Amino acid sequence: MTSRSVVPAPRDSPNVLFEYLLRLGDDRLVLGHRLSEWCGHGPILEEDIATSNVALDLLGQATMFLRLAGQLEGKGRDEDALAYFREVVEFRNCQLVELPKGDFAFTIARQFLFDVHAVVLLDALSRGTHVQLAAIAAKSLKEAKYHVRHSGEWMLKLGDGTEESHRRLQRAVDDLWRFTPEIFAADDVDRAMLEAGIAPDLAAVKAQWEALVREVTERATLTLPDDVPRAASARGGRTGAHTEHLGHMLAEMQIIARSHPGATW
Amino acid sequence: MNQDVVAEQTEALAPDSQWPLWEVFTQSEQGAPHEHAGSLHAADAEQALQNARDVYARRGGVISLWVVPASAITASSPGENGPFFDPGADKAYRHPQFYKVPRGVRGV
Amino acid sequence: MTQSRPAPTSTDDPAKAAAFEARIAAGESIEPKDWMPEKYRRQLVRMMSQHAHSEVVGMLPEGNWITRAPSLRRKISLIAKVQDEAGHGLYIYCGTETLGVDRAELIQQLLDGRAKYSSIFNYPTLSWADIGVIGWFVDGAAIVNQTILAKASYGPYARAMVRVCKEENFHKRQGYEIVATLANGTPAQQAMVQDAVNRWWWPSLMMFGPSDTDSPNTAELIRWKVKRKTNDELRQRFVNLTVPQATAVKLTLPDPDMTYNAETENWECGGIDWEEFHQVVRGNGPCNRERLEARNKAHDEGAWVREAASAYAAKQRARQASAAA
Repeated sequence: MTSRSVVPAPRDSPNVLFEYLLRLGDDRLVLGHRLSEWCGHGPILEEDIATSNVALDLLGQATMFLRLAGQLEGKGRDEDALAYFREVVEFRNCQLVELPKGDFAFTIARQFLFDVHAVVLLDALSRGTHVQLAAIAAKSLKEAKYHVRHSGEWMLKLGDGTEESHRRLQRAVDDLWRFTPEIFAADDVDRAMLEAGIAPDLAAVKAQWEALVREVTERATLTLPDDVPRAASARGGRTGAHTEHLGHMLAEMQIIARSHPGATW
Repeated sequence: MNQDVVAEQTEALAPDSQWPLWEVFTQSEQGAPHEHAGSLHAADAEQALQNARDVYARRGGVISLWVVPASAITASSPGENGPFFDPGADKAYRHPQFYKVPRGVRGV
Repeated sequence: MTQSRPAPTSTDDPAKAAAFEARIAAGESIEPKDWMPEKYRRQLVRMMSQHAHSEVVGMLPEGNWITRAPSLRRKISLIAKVQDEAGHGLYIYCGTETLGVDRAELIQQLLDGRAKYSSIFNYPTLSWADIGVIGWFVDGAAIVNQTILAKASYGPYARAMVRVCKEENFHKRQGYEIVATLANGTPAQQAMVQDAVNRWWWPSLMMFGPSDTDSPNTAELIRWKVKRKTNDELRQRFVNLTVPQATAVKLTLPDPDMTYNAETENWECGGIDWEEFHQVVRGNGPCNRERLEARNKAHDEGAWVREAASAYAAKQRARQASAAA
């Protein structure tokens, strides 16, 4: 079943770049929020601190991408207006990042799959033709390289740790796999960005991503699931068709801001 | 050594703990010595390094980190401070002030 | 001057005890391997571990609002603050370990309900304004306490406190900025922050502990320079600092009996309800059970993770050993 986008992304409109920046920003806003749910509940004090660091980096990146998006949109919306006053169907994150945090294995697997993608994508964006976007990407890339080092190490520890940790991580990878095709599925927005030299070819990104993921998962003694048939793979997040999880997450995230419209915090 | 045997044995030896203690040393700028910053717990060296960066270097001002298992440190014992350190304190011939040079001579 | 001293023992030899008291009186720092009276060691383990537990439990009431922080800047600041609290717990646990006790044992004492932590964290955070008021009152009170502790006689504790104090200043400023923003905001925001002040003022005063007349440990701890000021002295300092800060943002403190004494230059508080304090310390505060449940849950659910990391490390060591063989 195909999902219709609720807010169509026009090809030649100047808002294509706005759409693209929302995707970059929303991925990090949603993932940062999910990670922050671990604060005070981590498996050990040192890991609480480490997870918070990644969450902070992602939220900082989200702030930069969304701020730029708002500026380019030119309607006076800043990063908070975009984060706190858009509906579920206006969010442009991939579905992978909105899934509930699950157990620590699920969090690590999801983080790792995202981090590898981020490193490859941000590296390409930092060498792209849009100066401001490239600058944000370059700064974010430094952080992403540290994130993948952290999540990659945990993939090894959990995959090749105890029988229980291996079982949990394998199940997480199995459950997450059908959410990965979406992040490489190019649409009109991606094609416009590629034409403009702003963003890379997602097929190339996917190839690099898959090679790195395979390398680590093999060392972690995990097996990767078979390729997901198109019909079974999750998609639609890039055009506003999300899982039911995002609504609950945003209800919690946005409640205070929305209860006091116009207030300053 | 058979990997499966290794796996079995090490799994049996993995009781829940807060992981071993490591001492952290940080260098603030080129040319400065590494100074003791504090301790933390980690399961291995790579994790100790990452944790040290997150705990002791996240506010910047650190360009180099050393992490050392606390068990690897040998310390002098305060009970022996006398014999260990005092004999060095009264040998003035090791200090420049012991030596007189004629006035006005530079570079000595 | 000094003859070599025999190796330290744990029995309290009167000559050693006298030498120890002299070192303290001379303002010397006691380090982990120095001889110390057994009671000094025990008091320090108790004080330091309680402090560390407080930092870790303190992550929970504030962490409660991370997912609902109303702007990206506030969200980021709050996560950073809670992260700092984890770090402070970490510094102080590590300091406690220098006294010969394992962190796992200290944590188990907390989880089993055998250890105390600051009573303030047994109160619920009911609105966003609570986050501002906690930074202002609770971190404000902690700063008053910790600045003094930075000169504590036990080296590792003092050094941990220096680090903590550097980081704590941002916490209080962040809190007060939130309070000032709300106090100058919409009527709903003003009501929100005044309500938070009404709920947190008295528990914050109780943070300094019982009145000096009811505090049995204080005299000895002051002689040993582990505590430098009494509970009442610190409480008074906090009140004097805070009253003008409240006036500046037109908030009232919920103490109709508070008066200014022009001679002593002290703001004198009405009576503290010590029965409430004792109940909370005894485990009957609004959130005691929830706090311990949350810590136990995190610990229990984290066991397989900790074990996995240990197992992997052991496997790696075995592989390196057999590769070298």
